[in-house]
Amino acid sequence: MSPPVAPPGWSRWLVPPAALSVHLSIGQAYAWSVFKPPLESALGLSGTQSALPFQLGIVMLGLSAAFGGTLVERHGPRWAMTVALVCFSSGFLLSALGAAVEQYWLIVLGYGFVGGVGLGIGYISPVSTLIKWFPDRPGMATGIAIMGFGGGALIASPWSAQMLESFGTDSSGIALAFLVHGVTYAVFMLLGVLLVRVPRPKERADGGAVALDGVQVSARGAMRTPQFWLLWVVLCMNVTAGIGILEKAAPMITDFFADTSTPVSVTAAAGFVALLSAANMAGRIGWSSTSDLIGRKNIYRVYLGVGALMYALIALFGDSSKPLFVLCALVVLSFYGGGFATIPAYLKDLFGTYQVGAIHGRLLTAWSTAGVLGPLIVNWIADRQEEAGRHGSALYGTSFVIMIGLLVVGFVANELVRPVHARHHVPTAPAPKEGTDVRRQQPESA
Amino acid sequence: MSDDSSQSPPDLPDRRPLIAFTWLWVGAPLAYGLYELVRKATQLFTG
Repeated sequence: MSPPVAPPGWSRWLVPPAALSVHLSIGQAYAWSVFKPPLESALGLSGTQSALPFQLGIVMLGLSAAFGGTLVERHGPRWAMTVALVCFSSGFLLSALGAAVEQYWLIVLGYGFVGGVGLGIGYISPVSTLIKWFPDRPGMATGIAIMGFGGGALIASPWSAQMLESFGTDSSGIALAFLVHGVTYAVFMLLGVLLVRVPRPKERADGGAVALDGVQVSARGAMRTPQFWLLWVVLCMNVTAGIGILEKAAPMITDFFADTSTPVSVTAAAGFVALLSAANMAGRIGWSSTSDLIGRKNIYRVYLGVGALMYALIALFGDSSKPLFVLCALVVLSFYGGGFATIPAYLKDLFGTYQVGAIHGRLLTAWSTAGVLGPLIVNWIADRQEEAGRHGSALYGTSFVIMIGLLVVGFVANELVRPVHARHHVPTAPAPKEGTDVRRQQPESA
Repeated sequence: MSDDSSQSPPDLPDRRPLIAFTWLWVGAPLAYGLYELVRKATQLFTG
């Protein structure tokens, strides 16, 4: 399948909805928890077993994004979106079969393995195309798409819950819900497949195509640069800090104010979690768009520097003021979302648009690492503190100090990012004149 | 690159209806999700 080139008069504002139709669908993954209790009762599963399809899905997301990125660049966004559609929907259909015949392994294989490949390929499918259509506002463009991944869970969570309420929570009800999900998401994602177009290459006066502008680095070449690994550290630290709050948000706010005159109820804690989701989404589009104005390096200074300050405020004064605790947590979560959404544009600044989707895919291994690291730190420390007889906000103090340390590490890594040396560039553009410092040709914001 | 349909020459097709349809396609479910989110988030202050 060759990349679909836009006909004359095609609007670039048709590309973000194409990207959103994929990201809003695959974002369903974060609403998997809705299916956990019904699966546990219908198939007699433990909590660990019912979480396995989601966990395998996230692992496959990281692996397929890392290893499939080059294929996505080669075959184009329509191919990638088609693969994502087929895998993600087939995953649900296989899971429907698994639930119908009460075979748990089919659900793991379907949702986790096959669906997970759809998650990874779908996640990176529009990134490169959006950046090429919006060279003037790459942060905003990728922010819209990656905001969709957050939005997907907001849609799926109430939708799936209502469906299970209607169909029942026995195995046949779950099977029917999976079936409806598979078919609906296939139709919804089809818009993206049909709509997505790559921009026409600029034409020279003699009719040939013009080489790509500016610095261009291949995915393989990028991994040999210190810049790639510095950004890996930046993303990993920022995500770890966000997950540290996100993963334990409800028990955290309850514990923090348990010994005060205004304890937080279970219902209010659920409201807090929802508010964090909103901040996460808003950060994806808001901060990423801001990065187009103030530069990528500066916005990460804010994410990591102000993020560390927010954690310090929570650690010092969090249990004395509920509004302060909520405000700081919201800011941290908005930076968490912003960090995800801004990274493709940062990569574009440093490595060009040549294989930016593939480079982004490989960088997402930082997300997988942080997904393990963040919850591990917070849960392990909270358990140890509890064993030591501590309670309330004291359960989290040490975790917050560690988070501040990680954010400082990320801040330093961001400070060390410099333009990529010319020896890593692919020879698509005419070679610079001898003696020219190529590094100076890159944007200051990089 | 910024070939906006509003500035298209007359011989090119008008993309505005398609743009409206596609944004509605993705915007409607997102609005539903946001509505449900706001309903839940208000529990922090009322719950």
